[in-house]
Amino acid sequence: MDPVNRKIRLATVWLGGCSGCHMSFLDMDERLLELAQRVELLASPFTDYKDFPEVDITLVEGAVANEEHLEQIRLIRRRTRILVAFGDCAVTGNVTALRNVFPVEEVLARAFQETATPVVGVPRGNPAVPRLLERARPIHEVVQVDYFLQGCPPSGPEIYEFLMALIEGRQPEIARKKFG
Amino acid sequence: MSIKTLTIDGRMVTGAAGESIFDVAWNNGIRIPRLCHVGGISDVGACRLCLVEIEGWPKLAAACLTPVEEGMVVRTQTERLRRHRKLIVELLLAERNHVCSVCVQNGHCELQDLAAELGVDHVRVYYRFPRLGVDMSHERFGLDHNRCILCTRCVRVCDEVEGAHTWDVAGRGVNCMIVADMGEPWGNSETCTSCGKCVQVCPTGALFEKGKTVGEMYKDRRFLKYIVTAREKRQWIR
Ligand code: SF4
Repeated sequence: MDPVNRKIRLATVWLGGCSGCHMSFLDMDERLLELAQRVELLASPFTDYKDFPEVDITLVEGAVANEEHLEQIRLIRRRTRILVAFGDCAVTGNVTALRNVFPVEEVLARAFQETATPVVGVPRGNPAVPRLLERARPIHEVVQVDYFLQGCPPSGPEIYEFLMALIEGRQPEIARKKFG
Repeated sequence: MSIKTLTIDGRMVTGAAGESIFDVAWNNGIRIPRLCHVGGISDVGACRLCLVEIEGWPKLAAACLTPVEEGMVVRTQTERLRRHRKLIVELLLAERNHVCSVCVQNGHCELQDLAAELGVDHVRVYYRFPRLGVDMSHERFGLDHNRCILCTRCVRVCDEVEGAHTWDVAGRGVNCMIVADMGEPWGNSETCTSCGKCVQVCPTGALFEKGKTVGEMYKDRRFLKYIVTAREKRQWIR
């Protein structure tokens, strides 16, 4: 493939978030078709992939909330040229980090015992269930982040403008009237 | 009344003796950022966002507490000030729990707006995530300590305009908290008249009306000008 005119390799990942940012991504509607002309989506919650690929741009939704996220984000950083904190959970911790004021044990007891029906207990020692980190963290606390796209969630048009700027090698300028 | 002439951001301006740099600047359309100042009540210089450079002064000065002087040369928008202000806002966001997306004030919060204006796109210091309470004991209002930036506007408006002095500040440093009466739940306060002035001047989602959910709290402090004009001019005019 022509190395100069090749399509931009894009990935989107979903860590500790509600998937709302990805819903907003889909909200680009017909502009997704324009985007598809410019990018090749190599990995995302919408695609099937085993090993995270080498990409130009990765949008990361969600906070780093458990050990699996921590491992993933480090690998993603190594394989990504431009890493974007995508939405407020990635940027600030946001709702995912609400639990940070309580110790992990209290959080687990609340979710798996106090409010669960039926109560099967806190999953422990099961390698399929990643351990929660003591605190959910914004991704820039863990790896170097190149751009921050705020919003809970960022709107479809904002995501489009932002990605187009990156694709065309411009500085993304998303005018925001408020933080978050 | 003696008049002082000074330069702010390269412009020659005048103010009355005793007027603050802040007021003179704003009267001349020079907007210095602030979170603790509110027109009509006293200034305390709590937020430090109005810091300015004054030629010949070794330190930065809080514009709201520094009276104008003849021949002063003031700069309000230098790169250094912008950097300091940006960091101050980030520290405020990191100090308590600001989760804008689920906050009553989302979309019309002075802290959120100022952060955007100063170009804060993320917070460079570690968030503290303190475990703080929400006082919902008052019949009509709530106090969410998670959103409080300790500007003390509520304390001052309650004391100076309502004359109740329900609010005060207790504790030091990171344990500093707004308290009602002698640390009572707000609803038990014997001094509170339930006038709601504190709620309306609060710049963030810390004080709010009950029943308001995400993004529904709008603050209106036009009443303050009305009352202060009445007090100063002895006329109830808008
Ligand atoms: S008070 Fe303002 S900055 Fe704090 S969470 Fe609420 S909207 Fe955000």
